[in-house]
Amino acid sequence: MTINTLAKGGLQPEQMSCFRKMEKVLVAMQDPDMGMKMRNQRLLITVIPHAMTGHDIITWLIQKYHICEEEALHLGEMLVKYGYIYPLKEPRCLVLRPDESPYRFQTPYFWTSTRWPASELDYAIYLAKKNIRKQGELMEYEKERYSLLHKRINHTWDFVVMQAREQLRASKQRRKADRIVLECQEQAYWLINRPPPGVQNMLDWGLERPNNSSTRVPLVTSNDYYKSEIETSRRALGRNRVKSSVCLEGFVKYSEQYQNHDPIMQGCLPSNPWISDDIAYWTMNSEIVPVPTRLRVERWSFSFMELLSDAMGRREFMTYLEKEFSAENLHFWQACEEIRHGESSKIIEKVEDVYRNFLAPGAARWVNIDSKTMDKTLEGIKRPHRFVMDDAQMHIYFLMKKDSYPRYLKSDLYKNMLAKAVVPQETKKSVFPFMRRQRHSSPSPAQAGAQAAEEDGRAGTNSAAGSHF
Amino acid sequence: MCDQTFMAATFGPCDSCSKASPLMNIYIKSEAINYCSFCVEMMACQGLQKGETLASLKKESENLKKKLEEERGKLNDVELHQVAEKVEAVAALSLKTRRVLKGHGNKVLCMDWCKDKRRLVSSSQDGKVIVWDAFTLNKEHGITLPCTWVMACAYAPSGCAVACGGLDNKCSVVPLSLDRTENLAAKKKSVAMHTNYVSGCSFTNSDMQLLTSSGDGTCALWDVESGQLLQSFHGHTADVLSLDLAPSETGNTFVSGGCDMKANVWDMRSGQNIQSFESHESDINCVKYYPSGDAFASASDDATCRFYDLRADREVAVYQKDSIIFGASSVDFSLSGRLLFSGHNDYTINIWDVLKGTRVSILFGHENRISRVRVSPDGTALCSASWDNSLRIWA
Repeated sequence: MTINTLAKGGLQPEQMSCFRKMEKVLVAMQDPDMGMKMRNQRLLITVIPHAMTGHDIITWLIQKYHICEEEALHLGEMLVKYGYIYPLKEPRCLVLRPDESPYRFQTPYFWTSTRWPASELDYAIYLAKKNIRKQGELMEYEKERYSLLHKRINHTWDFVVMQAREQLRASKQRRKADRIVLECQEQAYWLINRPPPGVQNMLDWGLERPNNSSTRVPLVTSNDYYKSEIETSRRALGRNRVKSSVCLEGFVKYSEQYQNHDPIMQGCLPSNPWISDDIAYWTMNSEIVPVPTRLRVERWSFSFMELLSDAMGRREFMTYLEKEFSAENLHFWQACEEIRHGESSKIIEKVEDVYRNFLAPGAARWVNIDSKTMDKTLEGIKRPHRFVMDDAQMHIYFLMKKDSYPRYLKSDLYKNMLAKAVVPQETKKSVFPFMRRQRHSSPSPAQAGAQAAEEDGRAGTNSAAGSHF
Repeated sequence: MCDQTFMAATFGPCDSCSKASPLMNIYIKSEAINYCSFCVEMMACQGLQKGETLASLKKESENLKKKLEEERGKLNDVELHQVAEKVEAVAALSLKTRRVLKGHGNKVLCMDWCKDKRRLVSSSQDGKVIVWDAFTLNKEHGITLPCTWVMACAYAPSGCAVACGGLDNKCSVVPLSLDRTENLAAKKKSVAMHTNYVSGCSFTNSDMQLLTSSGDGTCALWDVESGQLLQSFHGHTADVLSLDLAPSETGNTFVSGGCDMKANVWDMRSGQNIQSFESHESDINCVKYYPSGDAFASASDDATCRFYDLRADREVAVYQKDSIIFGASSVDFSLSGRLLFSGHNDYTINIWDVLKGTRVSILFGHENRISRVRVSPDGTALCSASWDNSLRIWA
């Protein structure tokens, strides 16, 4: 190999650390005590030393990392694909076979990370060597690339040919076994760095990032950066923190509560549509159904948010509030949500509506907010903005959450709902598992949206474009 | 003899940089300061207060960060895996590929589920955005964008539109029409404008607002109708690669992660950075909230995923394994939050027990890097998007 000119575009830190980790595995594999047992392999009539079988590699990986065979095969395959281990039989096929196929470790000289990036000049010399050594040894794609390079770096072609000849002459003076080994190593290197057409390019890293690395340095060392860091740290120091034991207990409880509702963990009744091709589960749990499932109704009792997020739950809750003559609270909350998440252009109009319906003295659906919040809100309404109702909305939300919601859960309305909720039967596994059910399509939500938009005429309500809660 | 006027000048160590040089004797707020002329100029140009230098600010910042770590440690009375000892282990999972969505001509970079639990949108390096009914494998809509590398896509909550963006530095919203002959790209509306690529986007609770993250180091909140910038979020010092909205009842915060190895939690209303976590050793590729909204997980190029508790204000778990060498590009939780799925650059998906910190299972099948993993809205399936041009549904 020639001396590389200064490589522009070094490896990114992410790529470098990946290579380093793979190299650590390699080094561990070659450790005299804990590493792999290597032996001499016969290749035709030559004996290649320090080789191992695919099976050995996989066994070693299983023992070292305590993983299953499939994972060891996959990890080993990565090592082969990145050129750290190369096959002796069928060298062009960079695959790890879990049998007696012989493999060898690539020398660090030819690691991708060592000689990054592979230079055009070196590739040209390699192809020239192959061409000179044996006419017709170049593959079709290599011939194409060779002639392309010949055009592109024509001015140094004498140098290329001269180098190729020199290297061939030097290699003739080596022992045959060494020569074969070197040829294999070099070939493996170029299979990775200049993959044949149709073979995956392992060195495709995607887009370079960070993208603004040129501006990164001044940004980090400016005074403003440190000042804002100091400000953030000061604010963070002032935070209230909760004890770990309390927080972590919270996660355990949450996961336990929702475990039965997690289809991937516990399955779902009657069956998971993706597995059985039967959409009964989705039909039974549509937004509005005559009889909801038991799990769904149970979920309403997990938190107030769960109840409000479910269209049916919200409807039931509204019915309950109407009985209690406090339905205006939920109406108010919904109207505030529409202000917060709706179009900017409609804010003023909606704020006026809310004021008229809920806050003005003598309003039809007057909501009971404490005087301080009311004053603040009324003041803010004079210059309405998206968040002007936030305090009032929060107040009413917590009022419902702390008062009406717990009572709803104890009410007959909820208890009856829970009692008549259905628990679907588990679908018996099909007698003929090979016969696939026909997969039915469903109406696109876009269609529902388009119809609703037409019905509305002027896009006044948010029902079409708004949230589906 | 010349008639010269001399200005009395002192010579000695500068108050600021301690170098011996001619000093300027100036007064700031009646206080005498003796700085060399260079330091005076620095002070004037950079808005420093008396006594501040770049070095002193840096030191103060580092001290505060150390103090913050100490404070965080004070309430750390137990570890997650200790609390999880009494919890039953996760039963063996048998997730299999149930659908393979083929149709993209190049790497699939992003995907998002529709609220109807079966449709999804995906975007690719070749500029195409496809809306699928993943259940029937039907391609329902196809949009061709004029740019390559569409790195971000999101389904609107109503199901009537999708947002997409990438190397064009924009994020556009495309209304989905059922008229097959209509060219959807014509109806595309540019909403977000950044000065670098758009790495992630998400609708907030309605179709009307869009949150984006960008390679220019900022996140931004936009009004879809007018394209107006409602709020911008500054604080990252490198590309922001991912964001996620909090599922909290007040719905006001989101988390972002970027190439500066930091994960920041933001208040959407004020634009302020509320909390910051800096424990990864490499770029953070993805952030995702725990279903309760009290925590979030992050996936990084350092081949680990981490779990951060927002109330305790610290990292509480690291999900890593010796045999996992390649960076994680994406994470998502199962519905109960007990399982964490991470997609890696070695073409695999690892499944972790969030509470116990162990790796439960590994999924093989893709033939190139995983760019995104997302659990469906009702938790029945996991979708993975990959650089092998396909998406897979696992259940």
